[in-house]
Amino acid sequence: MTSKSTEVIVSIKDVHKSFGELEVLKGVSIDVRKGEVICIIGPSGSGKSTLIRCINALNDIQGGSINVCGIDVTDPKLQKLELRKRVGMVFQQYNLFPHKTALENIMMAPTLVLNEDKETVRKRAFALMQKVRLEGKENAYPGELSGGQQQRVAIARSLAMNPDVMLFDEVTAALDPETVKEVLVTIKDLAQEGMTCILVTHEMGFAREVADHIYFTDNGVIVEHGPPKTFFTKAKDPRTKEFLSQIL
Amino acid sequence: MATRIPGISELSTTDLPVLKPFLPRSSPQLHTSAWLAGFSPWTGLLLFLPLMLWPFASHAAGNYTIIDAFGTLWHWIPFLLKSGFLFNVIISLFAMLIGTAAGIVLGLGQISKISVTRKISWFITQLFRNSPWLVLLFIVLLAFPFEITVFGVIIMIPDWMKAVIGLSLPIMANISEIVRGAIMSVPTAQWEAAESLAFSRQQILWRIILPQCFKRMIPPWMNWYAILTMATPLCSLLGVEEIITLSRQAMEAENNHPELLVPFYSFALGLFFIYCYPIARMTMYLERRYAVKI
Repeated sequence: MTSKSTEVIVSIKDVHKSFGELEVLKGVSIDVRKGEVICIIGPSGSGKSTLIRCINALNDIQGGSINVCGIDVTDPKLQKLELRKRVGMVFQQYNLFPHKTALENIMMAPTLVLNEDKETVRKRAFALMQKVRLEGKENAYPGELSGGQQQRVAIARSLAMNPDVMLFDEVTAALDPETVKEVLVTIKDLAQEGMTCILVTHEMGFAREVADHIYFTDNGVIVEHGPPKTFFTKAKDPRTKEFLSQIL
Repeated sequence: MATRIPGISELSTTDLPVLKPFLPRSSPQLHTSAWLAGFSPWTGLLLFLPLMLWPFASHAAGNYTIIDAFGTLWHWIPFLLKSGFLFNVIISLFAMLIGTAAGIVLGLGQISKISVTRKISWFITQLFRNSPWLVLLFIVLLAFPFEITVFGVIIMIPDWMKAVIGLSLPIMANISEIVRGAIMSVPTAQWEAAESLAFSRQQILWRIILPQCFKRMIPPWMNWYAILTMATPLCSLLGVEEIITLSRQAMEAENNHPELLVPFYSFALGLFFIYCYPIARMTMYLERRYAVKI
């Protein structure tokens, strides 16, 4: 929302992905510039989650190409770990490590993967807990936190790796309406700081407010896309119109 | 005609596969421990009861009396304990140690990314899991040399050592399944979360997955220890000196009075109960405790 560069940081070109016989993505192309916030919306089963899971190679693709920060994701000799150090991901079910405290959850990856000094990481972890407005909960186990709190720890955990891109996979879908807000505020803060974010979401109000660009997917293709202003008011495709009429 | 409402006016039936409700206490893995722990602690005393009653019934048979039978057993007890039951315990401990170490390796092999390793580990696991223990014992006893020569030094392998190896094979296979099952019981979402944080497969396994399922492995592991201990008398068939072998020898030394049979075997039964019962109770206690918290 602040200064936008023209540097494309994530480039998705004509991506095809199938699970066995079922083709989930049928030629999807998206360019994401540094600092941009992208929202992908669409009905269930339209391939939104699959698409963002392809970006950090949790899913492999059968056709097309994905380039993230200059790393070719389709390269057979891809260093998955190098890619994933650059890309943070937050899941619908939080997926915190239940045997570690909130602080340990955040500290684990930087200390074990990046081999950073433990004290430096600890300081950063405390700062991140503050950033997601959870100071005082550092020593709580995931089981002792509410869904919204766990999700914010999960966001902090990803941020601790200092990623270039953050992926959010329906991060508020499992939360109750009251806690949705606290998570969305956290993401909004991030977006305003200039973090490149790709979100799969059902929160239309949020998408409208935060996104720079909205993509509507249905049946494995991008049906329509555009900046929120035109997207929500002047949708052209009948499928988009129908979807929006049901949701708004 | 009345309306037919399945579940109200009649029994509801379905031919669809139905997921049964989850009962936290019925863990099929812990059958033996559940059965053993179901006894009252006083059962141990009850097992010794035939010791007192048997001689009354056989009193008429000869001039060998209750006092004699008791006296004989009393006389042999220190020997049966020190040279007999202690060996059962030693055999079970060693077999458990070797079986656990090999079982962990095999279990990790079963979830290896390398297909050959996975298949071989699976095959070994299934082979030893589904073989009769006695057959395994015989094979090891007959197939293993009684001495091996290492750099000109002859090392004797005592029979009890072979029994340890024979018993550790089925334990290894079952521990392998416990390890595999425990790892598989951790949601794949944990793997994905760790992968997306750039952890390597090794790190995910040792730092994130295994610490989570370690506790869950303890009750079935203890269950197998109790089963193993109760299986150690199998070794007597191979002539390994343990409590049953020595009981038989002791009775022979006492002129094979039939009155001795029940006291001697009841004594052995009571010993096994006293040893295994607390393990079974502990297993069930831990199972309940860990079932609540992951």
